[in-house]
Amino acid sequence: MEKILQGNYAIARGAWEAGVKVACAYPGTPSSEVLLAIASLYKNDIQAEWSPNEKVALEVSIGASFAGARALVCMKHVGLNVASDPFMTLSYTGVKGGLVILVADDPYAHSSQNEQDSRHWARFGKAPMIEPSDSQECKDFVKLAFDLSEQFDTPVLLRTETRISHSFSPVILEDRKESLIPIGLDMKDAPKYTMVPIYVRQRRLVVEERMKKLEAFADDFKHNIMEINDSKIGVITSGVSYQYTKEVFPNYSYFKLGMVWPLPRKMIAEFFQKVKKVIIVEELDPFFETEIKAMGYKIFHGKDVLPSLYEFNPEIIEQSIKGKRYKPPVERINAEELPKRPPNLCSACSHRPLFYALKKLGVFVFGDIGCYTLAAGPPLNAIHTTVCMGAGVGAAFGATKVLEGRGLGKVCSVIGDSTFLHGGITPLMNIVYNKGSATTIILDNRTTGMTGLQEHAGTGYTIGGESTHQINLEVLVRALGVKHVRKVDPYHIKETMEVIKEELERDEPSVIITMNGPCMLHRREKRQFEHPYYAVEMEKCRGCGMCLEIGCPAITWKEVSGDEILTEDGHKRKGVVSINRLQCPGCGVCRQICKFESIVPGKA
Amino acid sequence: MEEKVTNVLLSGVGGQGTILASDILCSVFHEIGYDVKKSEVHGMAQRGGDVTTHFRFGKKVYSPLIKYGDADFLISFELLEGLRYINWVKKEGKALLNRQEMYPPAVNLGKMKYPGDVEKIFKKFFKGNAFVINALDIAVTCGDARAVNIVTLGAFSNFFEIKEEVWEKNLLQHLPEKVHQLNLNAFREGRKAIS
Repeated sequence: MEKILQGNYAIARGAWEAGVKVACAYPGTPSSEVLLAIASLYKNDIQAEWSPNEKVALEVSIGASFAGARALVCMKHVGLNVASDPFMTLSYTGVKGGLVILVADDPYAHSSQNEQDSRHWARFGKAPMIEPSDSQECKDFVKLAFDLSEQFDTPVLLRTETRISHSFSPVILEDRKESLIPIGLDMKDAPKYTMVPIYVRQRRLVVEERMKKLEAFADDFKHNIMEINDSKIGVITSGVSYQYTKEVFPNYSYFKLGMVWPLPRKMIAEFFQKVKKVIIVEELDPFFETEIKAMGYKIFHGKDVLPSLYEFNPEIIEQSIKGKRYKPPVERINAEELPKRPPNLCSACSHRPLFYALKKLGVFVFGDIGCYTLAAGPPLNAIHTTVCMGAGVGAAFGATKVLEGRGLGKVCSVIGDSTFLHGGITPLMNIVYNKGSATTIILDNRTTGMTGLQEHAGTGYTIGGESTHQINLEVLVRALGVKHVRKVDPYHIKETMEVIKEELERDEPSVIITMNGPCMLHRREKRQFEHPYYAVEMEKCRGCGMCLEIGCPAITWKEVSGDEILTEDGHKRKGVVSINRLQCPGCGVCRQICKFESIVPGKA
Repeated sequence: MEEKVTNVLLSGVGGQGTILASDILCSVFHEIGYDVKKSEVHGMAQRGGDVTTHFRFGKKVYSPLIKYGDADFLISFELLEGLRYINWVKKEGKALLNRQEMYPPAVNLGKMKYPGDVEKIFKKFFKGNAFVINALDIAVTCGDARAVNIVTLGAFSNFFEIKEEVWEKNLLQHLPEKVHQLNLNAFREGRKAIS
């Protein structure tokens, strides 16, 4: 049977067909759908979990593997930075049941804090990496990855990019095959799995031997595919770059690498013999190029013409390779001049009033990764740093150390509930331990919002929707030693500002937790607002623009002329605002900001 | 089957159902025997940002993305989002626009103006190959403003000689049963909107 599947769903399917028993992940674009698919479609055969972070996800998978089961762990590119500690040593211990790490890169950083190239992890960690180029290969490669993992006793990295993870194409479905490895632990295996120096040195040798065997295997790997067409130009490429290049240069010869590490040395030599000139087309870093040049080959083109930055597409490849011979399509308009439509916090999102309060107080905000990062943009401009998951908490403390007294009342960190549980607990513990005074604001919207509303340890539900223990954030932070823990209703701006001011001026660690502000898209939890929507009394609106400062999608400015330039009490105005009833859930934040009482509850 | 790959670019605003429309297109063209690829291009937020999907069908499709300037069809659920992609359409390509305006932040804030002459610009470049429909009005008449995407898909179906049953069967596969009748009506009314 053939079905159209998204790359991530194809990976989930492949895992199921491969007999995987355990799948773990922390959500991260563009990888999040894999676990979602597994938990909804294959829950009878695969135990799926949202782990608190990628490191834990990998560690749980390692345990499953050591006990004999096939385990899949999924993350975005930066997730592997978090999971790199267990990964680097897992390469030494090897596996028992196959263990595959999906790492999904995001060139152009569509939804990421950087655009790092994960291929380097394969070389760095001495583990094989394979890279599919469409949904069918996503499914096939996961299965191959598990076979390789067990055959060579190694973790296997499966690398995708946004365009592979998030593209759809037909996939032939097959049945599940259970793994033949028996489940069980054996204490005799301790030297293999216990990385103390004496055993490390033994395993170090095994790793080197394994990489040599894998290098030889790469030359026989059936998904390293050579297509000899026109022998004048040959392209070495992989993944989606193959698809783009093949699209614009169908007649070139190709060497498509299904295994991107280690590289197939003999086949590369053969390709250089078969074609006159070689072009290397790879997104992001010159990874193949560096390696192939080091083998002593001269290439016709690589990163001398193709960019190392951002994402490729067919046009970029055509233009880069053709150079002056490229004819761009006729431009009818200058699309860059049109108003942009960047992502925005939803109407009535509980983050909006909180950031408005911080802005009004003039606070320097150490931010984090989540929907709330959108508050960095205009008109709020209320986040001033974003580095990685959990970084804001520690960084705010670091800043207060050097600012000394000048930081009081002026610096805080903000972090979402899911992000706090991912990476915010240890830096908060550190503030208390090292006698800091920074304030951490936990924006508890009761879900992992940005990646599509995934459960976490603080929501009280598992990935499969079963109810489970719910972390109480207040109890947790008090246990870390934070004495001053305040809860605020972010929709009450004045009270929120007072609490923030008090805690920021306190010369001790403090935590503010927002309450009763679930994500507006939350399926279970809904904030009940007092009124169904708000409306503007046009005769009163002075057009001061104060309410526009919150960047609410429902509020629109309109210039006025003629009779409309005066309010009912004779004040001159340039324009008025209006509220789109269909987009207004009635949070009432704009009403609190309006100084002229021209925003009023709408009638049901 | 012809060798040529056909490129359909869909654009809209988050929440307008751009992705669902492209899912249905994918199923329809796959069912009648084509290789298909579809790619979603959207920013990080769930709502409010612009959303485009690239849908391609043919005997064999390589790239999941359409090459700039190579779209045979542009379907846009919102006027500004249509105009944003006007350069993507081939000279002889067709454009189908839903006459609906949704203001982006810069317009809401009064910093930029919403382009006022989108239809004219399309007519100027594409003449009879520019089609504009009132999908929102039709959807509301059918009972739900959210059916804008299905109305537009109904209009788009006129460009191909594919049996109505094939469209409708695949349409229903992507929708929960309780909205089947509403969406069938929306599709049929959309099909009547251009002919």
